[in-house]
Amino acid sequence: MMDEICSHIADLIVNSISAEAKHIKVTIEKSKINNELSLKVSDDGKGMNESILKQVIDPFYSTKIGRKVGLGIPLLKGTAETCGGSFNIKSTPGRGTEIAVSFPLNHPDLPPLGNLKDTILVLSVSNPEVDFTFHIKNDVVNFTFDTMEIKKMLDGLPINSPEVIKFLKDYLDEHLDFFNKQ
Amino acid sequence: MKLEDLKKIREKAAKDIELRQKNARVKIVVGMGTSGIAAGAREVMKALLDEIAARNLTDVMVTQTGEKGLASHEPMIEVHEEGKDVVIYGNIDAEKARRIVAEHIVNHNPVTEYVIEVK
Repeated sequence: MMDEICSHIADLIVNSISAEAKHIKVTIEKSKINNELSLKVSDDGKGMNESILKQVIDPFYSTKIGRKVGLGIPLLKGTAETCGGSFNIKSTPGRGTEIAVSFPLNHPDLPPLGNLKDTILVLSVSNPEVDFTFHIKNDVVNFTFDTMEIKKMLDGLPINSPEVIKFLKDYLDEHLDFFNKQ
Repeated sequence: MKLEDLKKIREKAAKDIELRQKNARVKIVVGMGTSGIAAGAREVMKALLDEIAARNLTDVMVTQTGEKGLASHEPMIEVHEEGKDVVIYGNIDAEKARRIVAEHIVNHNPVTEYVIEVK
């Protein structure tokens, strides 16, 4: 069972990496005005055909043997539905997958967001060959963390170098404070 | 803090960039499948990164992989060192991960009590 929204985000990103994505875009928006927490993860990975997509949403859909499908997406869909939110998945073979989920912010069953800063840091640094663009928004502030921009600044110095990890940790602490406060 | 500050970090590290781009001496792989994440793999990964940053371990790389097929032992980590057997640790938390960095990675003594397999 996933006890935080950030665990679901990490799970979706790991799925994208398993699908050989090279660029993963994540948008997280918290709006008190609209009473909504929305989450979108899109990738340029290998995508899925209709049959796999159905099985990913419902792991008991197919009786075919030998196709391994995890429980991460059904768990996320279940959480969204329990909270009266929405869940959408689109995928095109050879082009990628996009998953969009929303939750009413004031629903008592909405899991806590969890540690967004650590989630971004851990995934960006442990997958140096993948590019990530995180858009984090609330009603007032909009923050983008883009590893392509970071790698350009680093000009060959690996993103998983100790001093870069330390810098990014402090940078995220400073710039994502707004999201946890609202 | 601005991202431009990274350029200063880059300049400081300029002399050993080539060395760092080569294969790391140690690779630590964290199982980040659904069950690993649910069991706390993210916190384990963060603890490993904190230790690497704090100890300035430029020859250690942390990466992630999907399901390892041993959900009851999650979070799991594998330590790959050049010329040595792969050591797999199970039921790891942040504190155990820090101990593995100190004792195994830095001092070359695997923490046998957390080892579930050597291959």
